Amino acid sequence: MPKMKIDGREIEVPAGITVLQACEMAGVEIPRFCYHERLSIAGNCRMCLVEQEKAPKPIASCAMPVMEGMSIRTDTPTVQKARNGVMEFLLINHPLDCPICDQGGECDLQDQAMAYGFDRSRYAENKRAVPDKELGPLVKTSMNRCIHCTRCVRFATEVAGVEELGATARGESMEVTTYVERSLSTELAGNLVDLCPVGALTSKPYAFVARPWELTKTESIDVLDALGSSIRIDSRGAEVMRVLPRLHEDVNEEWISDKTRHAIDGLRRQRLDQPYVRRDGKLQPATWNEAFAAIAARLKGLDGARIAAIAGDQCDAEAMVALKDLMAALGSPNIDCRQDGAALRAGPRGGYIFNAGIRGIETADAILLIGTDPRAESPVLNARIRKRHLAGRVAIGSIGPAGDLTYPVERLGAGPSSLRDLQDGKSSFLAKLKAARHPLIVLGMGALARPDGATVLAMARSLAESCNAVREDWNGFAVLHTAASRVGGLDLGLVPGQGGRDVASILAGAAKREIDVVYLLGADEIDTGALGKAFVIYQGHHGDAGAQRADVILPGAAYTEKSGTYVNTEGRVQQTRRAVHPPGDAREDWTILRALSAVLEKTLPYDTLDQVRARLVAVNPVFAGLDRQTAGAWGAFGATGSLGDAPFARAVANFYMTCPVSRASETMAACTASRGRAMAAE
Amino acid sequence: MAMVTADPKDVPQVASFAFTAENEASARALMAKYPAGRQASAVIAVLDLAQRQQGWLPRVAMDEVARLLDMAPIRVYEIATFYTMFQLKPKGRHLLQVCTTTPCWLRGSDDIMKACRAAADGTVFSVQEVECLGACVNAPVVQIDDDFYEDLDAASLGRVLDAFRRGERPKAGPQIDRQTSAPAGGPTTLATGD
Repeated sequence: MPKMKIDGREIEVPAGITVLQACEMAGVEIPRFCYHERLSIAGNCRMCLVEQEKAPKPIASCAMPVMEGMSIRTDTPTVQKARNGVMEFLLINHPLDCPICDQGGECDLQDQAMAYGFDRSRYAENKRAVPDKELGPLVKTSMNRCIHCTRCVRFATEVAGVEELGATARGESMEVTTYVERSLSTELAGNLVDLCPVGALTSKPYAFVARPWELTKTESIDVLDALGSSIRIDSRGAEVMRVLPRLHEDVNEEWISDKTRHAIDGLRRQRLDQPYVRRDGKLQPATWNEAFAAIAARLKGLDGARIAAIAGDQCDAEAMVALKDLMAALGSPNIDCRQDGAALRAGPRGGYIFNAGIRGIETADAILLIGTDPRAESPVLNARIRKRHLAGRVAIGSIGPAGDLTYPVERLGAGPSSLRDLQDGKSSFLAKLKAARHPLIVLGMGALARPDGATVLAMARSLAESCNAVREDWNGFAVLHTAASRVGGLDLGLVPGQGGRDVASILAGAAKREIDVVYLLGADEIDTGALGKAFVIYQGHHGDAGAQRADVILPGAAYTEKSGTYVNTEGRVQQTRRAVHPPGDAREDWTILRALSAVLEKTLPYDTLDQVRARLVAVNPVFAGLDRQTAGAWGAFGATGSLGDAPFARAVANFYMTCPVSRASETMAACTASRGRAMAAE
Repeated sequence: MAMVTADPKDVPQVASFAFTAENEASARALMAKYPAGRQASAVIAVLDLAQRQQGWLPRVAMDEVARLLDMAPIRVYEIATFYTMFQLKPKGRHLLQVCTTTPCWLRGSDDIMKACRAAADGTVFSVQEVECLGACVNAPVVQIDDDFYEDLDAASLGRVLDAFRRGERPKAGPQIDRQTSAPAGGPTTLATGD
């Protein structure tokens, strides 16, 4: 712990940090452009100059390690003058087009120019001009504004793992470019916009849409994948204008995926804003009372066994518990939250969550991916695995779909037989897992959503146990979900009750007319054509597959429009906050179920959000602990049976379109098309 | 200042590039100088090989170098665009690199430059202005391909260029009666051997 002086104050700092970090710890803010905590140090903007005693000239604090007895001054005239000089140089070629720049109002250069800028320019020559680059449908470039901090280059290379951006030429001719024009082939491109300290890289879909000071900021949670990234929703009036990441070290650090950030234009399209009832074969607008009456008429006198409910991938826990209670009141055991048919059961909890935690990836020293493509299923989690890879000394193996995960992976096979071979010691990877102190076994939906899923699950469990991956201080058994609602649904026990039907059986039953009424709570990822002649109630926010087939549509709220509880893949309970109101007559989902229950004369015993949340805790105490993550209870799960031959399929075929929101998004459609063109070109 | 860019779109590219067997062997020998996994360190030397083979560096050549060295292509583009000795546009058979730094300029590099520009037709000769070549004693200097032609004036440069046009390779070094950088016209000290 070196002792040093900052502006005359003595401070003890951890060894190995930089002077800039030490200054931050001492509460002194150092201006910077190129330095970023999560990227390698470049030291090329020179904005962070400070004076060091006995040093002949100012030093770049971001690149200088602390040393015992160092004395740093950040408040001298020399420092101020040095920074003024740097700022003047940076502004030589920077177009002062702030009024038409999307970064205006949240621009590091603008802010720091207020502190270090000169009020006029001494540069009479022409500024240089740099052609703009085409980086795909998400990132808009205005390269004249670039100050060559190279944060984007370092992010693409280090975090995103796509070495496509670089700085070509030098001096006055230097430009940040892909050289050969191409879209960035990363699912994390939106973060470049956040990283860019000036307006050189801005958001293409958000171009000229709003100014930061006119937006209402709501801190919330993303539900477009199972990671549950922390986000900030910026809204204006009734519209969500943009989504930005929020810092959460345990979940998403400060990154979010492009789907999380840019699928929001889907929230404006194909929305269900009023109830519909199918009359004469056509869906026609109706009032809430008419819709409820139609449902009550159909349910009247119906045996519970002939009613079924399926909860979709983006349902909040409040709605799911209300659905569960309503189905119980109707006497139906046919309820399921596993649209894809994943062979997971409601307990023990250790059997269906990412026990190690997202942060645990950084501790793991051998990682086995089974039936998962984390890059498509959760790009931010994939970036964590890449971070682990970059830290060194880790073996990563994969059984399942092949593909570029942005880090080297030992391919161990494609299907369940390879998993058995591994278990039988026919692969050298088993020794690596056994030798590891923190082995991590990531099980994806590609391995579980298949007929032999339960067997694969049991094999993965016994593999984890045999590798000593499950013990007091470490649980390396990790299920990577694709649906934001799944862990919450399993926590609440939204699985078939005694003699109840699961999704496949509900669909088969509907086709055979053994099920008369199916309640779809935001369930769109099922084969709606298989619902036969059943009376379908669809409650959700988008006119997607489920709504098309429905006989009654109850318009619900999307995740930006309600305060809902979600449990992410690692079992962390988190809550969204309402940023905007649901459109038209749409309502928060649990209130719809509560209102319907009254019409059905099975009134649910809660009237306020607090009461529903109390009910959540009563069903499963885990809901009492917000934003906490611990390994789940361990026990026997999975089943013995025969293994299929089919290789593990991809759980997510197209990262950009996985849910009603992203399917309705034009931006995601543009990304899909762009990715398709890039793949065709290769 | 004019538009700044090194966009390969602006350059007539070639369709494909492959190292000759001999050059590929040289490239592998260069890579073998570095520890395993550090083969990328050979990038400048391998790019130079490619440039010597092709005369300049088309994009496909840089891609081939990237493939050979297991680097991301952009990392090779960065290096190739950084160093001015890598030619990213097609050149004539001989590259005239005219030094115009002060000593050469004082000794008449303006005339040399004018003559070189006149000779540069893009087929036989291309011309490039360079900073100090480090042969100030023999100013003015023009580097033609790998050789220095020194102590030039318009007439002697004309003779040198004519020889290149005829396909000859004139004698490099001082173009006046002078041994390397020794005094012009013979020794001025220890001349008599007393």
